[in-house]
Amino acid sequence: METAQETMQQTGAKAETSKTLFKGTGSQVLLNGLIEEGVTTIFGYPGGAIMPIYDALYDYADKLEHILVRHEQGGIHAAQGFARASGKVGVCFATSGPGATNLVTGLADAQIDSTPLVCITGQVFAHLLGTDAFQETDVINITTPVTKWNYQVTDAKEIQEVLAKAFYIAKSGRPGPVLIDITKNAQLQLEEFPEYVKCNHIRSYRPKPKVRVEYIEQAAEVINEAKKPFVLFGQGVILGKAEKEFKAFIEKAGIPAAWTIMGDGAIPTAHPLNVGMLGMHGNYGPNVLTNEADVIIAIGMRFDDRVTGRLDKYAKQAKIVHLDIDPAEIDKNVKAEVGVWGDCKETLPLLTNLVNENTHEDWLAKFRQYNQEEIDQVITPELYPVGDEMTMGEVLRNINEICGGEAVIVTDVGQHQMVACRYAKFNNTRSNITSGGLGTMGFGLPAAIGAKYGAPDKTVIAIIGDGGFQMTPQELGTIMQFGAAVKILILNNRFLGMVRQWQQLFHDKRYSFVNITSPDFVALAKSYYIEAAKVDERVNLRQALETMINHEGSYLLEVMVGRENNVFPMVPQGMSVSEIRLK
Amino acid sequence: MSTENTLEHKTAKADFDGKQEYTITVYAENRIGLLNRIAIIFSKRKINIESLNTSPSEIDGIHRFNIVIQESYEVVRKLARQIEKQIEVLKVYFNTNDEIIWQELALYKVSTDEIAEKVTVERLLRQYGASAVVIRKDYTVFAVTGHREETDALVKALEPYELIEFVRSARVAIIKDSSGFHEKLKEFEAFEPGEELVENEFLDKGEKIFTM
Repeated sequence: METAQETMQQTGAKAETSKTLFKGTGSQVLLNGLIEEGVTTIFGYPGGAIMPIYDALYDYADKLEHILVRHEQGGIHAAQGFARASGKVGVCFATSGPGATNLVTGLADAQIDSTPLVCITGQVFAHLLGTDAFQETDVINITTPVTKWNYQVTDAKEIQEVLAKAFYIAKSGRPGPVLIDITKNAQLQLEEFPEYVKCNHIRSYRPKPKVRVEYIEQAAEVINEAKKPFVLFGQGVILGKAEKEFKAFIEKAGIPAAWTIMGDGAIPTAHPLNVGMLGMHGNYGPNVLTNEADVIIAIGMRFDDRVTGRLDKYAKQAKIVHLDIDPAEIDKNVKAEVGVWGDCKETLPLLTNLVNENTHEDWLAKFRQYNQEEIDQVITPELYPVGDEMTMGEVLRNINEICGGEAVIVTDVGQHQMVACRYAKFNNTRSNITSGGLGTMGFGLPAAIGAKYGAPDKTVIAIIGDGGFQMTPQELGTIMQFGAAVKILILNNRFLGMVRQWQQLFHDKRYSFVNITSPDFVALAKSYYIEAAKVDERVNLRQALETMINHEGSYLLEVMVGRENNVFPMVPQGMSVSEIRLK
Repeated sequence: MSTENTLEHKTAKADFDGKQEYTITVYAENRIGLLNRIAIIFSKRKINIESLNTSPSEIDGIHRFNIVIQESYEVVRKLARQIEKQIEVLKVYFNTNDEIIWQELALYKVSTDEIAEKVTVERLLRQYGASAVVIRKDYTVFAVTGHREETDALVKALEPYELIEFVRSARVAIIKDSSGFHEKLKEFEAFEPGEELVENEFLDKGEKIFTM
């Protein structure tokens, strides 16, 4: 077993020289460290192996707000929502064994969506490790593939340094989840601790590659020669807090820009160069024109298969310029002509300096042309339906009209998610919170709770399907107890809609186990003392949405939408982006 | 394969899609759990590790992994990036067999009576460059260091003489072009690393892939 001293030597950190300031337990020094790192809110659930930390927490109630969730998965999704809405590191606590294993889905979600988290799990006494003790699980090995870093603390002397490293790793470079597993003896251990020192260097860890000007120059050259340049942006712009730099870049170069769902909101929806969404259910123009652009500038995105469709028919005609902070992403799925490693906060201004001012009017007009076609064939019927059945799109249109793009929209996973991402208007960054990479049903409700704590002044609307809501409805209890004013909008089509859509389109309408029944959601909410209503006719929709949004405190609104509506356009799996279907 | 003009050779390989043997060299902190973190990068992609060795490196406190796999250049390049991304990993190199000097150690346990009786065995051992590690009344243990084919050949040759036990170590490899890791480490310890550590080999048209 390593000692703290060895760890310090390995990481190249300077030995602690400051005088002893604090005498207490490992638990106390952990909480002190969290405060030093600026943590205000913790989502957690206690249990046997984390009891000393909870005991210490009792005395920290004035400094650390602890939200008692109803399930550890809810806790970690809430921490994710908090991180995504606030730009800070989300923190959650769980006990050993089942508590820790319940975090796994959230860790995987945070890992694939690069969400900064620090998760603290309790662990059995160090002397019991490996004995199959009560609530012992090998959390470190279970979570290794789904964490950016993890570490098991068995000696309280390690806690400060490990915690400092954890925060540094979670938020620097390409962010990600970190898990610290602390054995009970270390939580109880009485020690004299030095002053807490934040970490800003680990010798084996390069959070961001050094920017090399020659590649910026090469990129600028390619961009300046382009006739039909096209920018694809992802969450990297938001994570890098480079929204302004990004806007300046596309505005100077006059390049149409389309987003992945993780990048949604990095520039306002209404920005004239924002041409819409990429990928499977993205907009018509961005998908088709991907295969016509002569230069594609990918910024902070990773060419996920949902974005690229069939790879061997993806943008083969285009020179790719790829800006990313993670060297492993460049040339991973799509070969780059010029790869610009680095933080886009640094690389974008350099690139902006070197690119020529341009407008690309004719090229932009092409996007508008495709957009018009999509408006006529898909968007208008979805947003202004003529039939009796309500559509998810018209619900979103009403939300846009009421909130004017100022709300934070948290979605779950499925048809409603695609509709929300397609149609929700955003004026601000960090307004679209969704489970992008992992597609975690059950994410929406707890993530919205966290988002409300992360952005307390914003209206937070959780848009959730009837299926997804039934995966984590227990978090209504968290809302009941702590009063997070989350607006819960259930779009109920009485189907697991996205799977049903695929079964309709690709499996000869063999609706295999997608017919899902629901409880009385209104009664369920009311049993948690949450105001609720249900709408099944269009005539009541607007008023009901206004009531929900204007209601002080949390509110649940169930809207019955058409059973067999499909999300279009769609790039069928295995097809090229230019083979996108409008119906 | 020729060892001449390795630079040109490497560039050409970038287009090479077929599988071949690569030795991946990983410099990393000696931390519990890191082996698992590295191993799952392979298993996640259903790639079999043919040989894996961990050992101290020329630098105190820094461990060195040698991993041998059969893969295409493209796959190995991506694997190397994923490994290098791990927090405790300092640097990853990957090389084909002509770019490294490598050895494996094999031990053979045979009946002493058998060898004593059959004079040919002694000649056999001399021929394969084996040395006797232990000689007891009941058995003798021989050791051979060399390439896979050499150690394999002796197994074949010993088969008729009651080979009781056989074991072969993982590969250990030294990169021909390497000038060691000492200088690099200084940069790693610095807050502002030099360009060597952030080299962008793809943009350098493959010329800087093997910078040691």
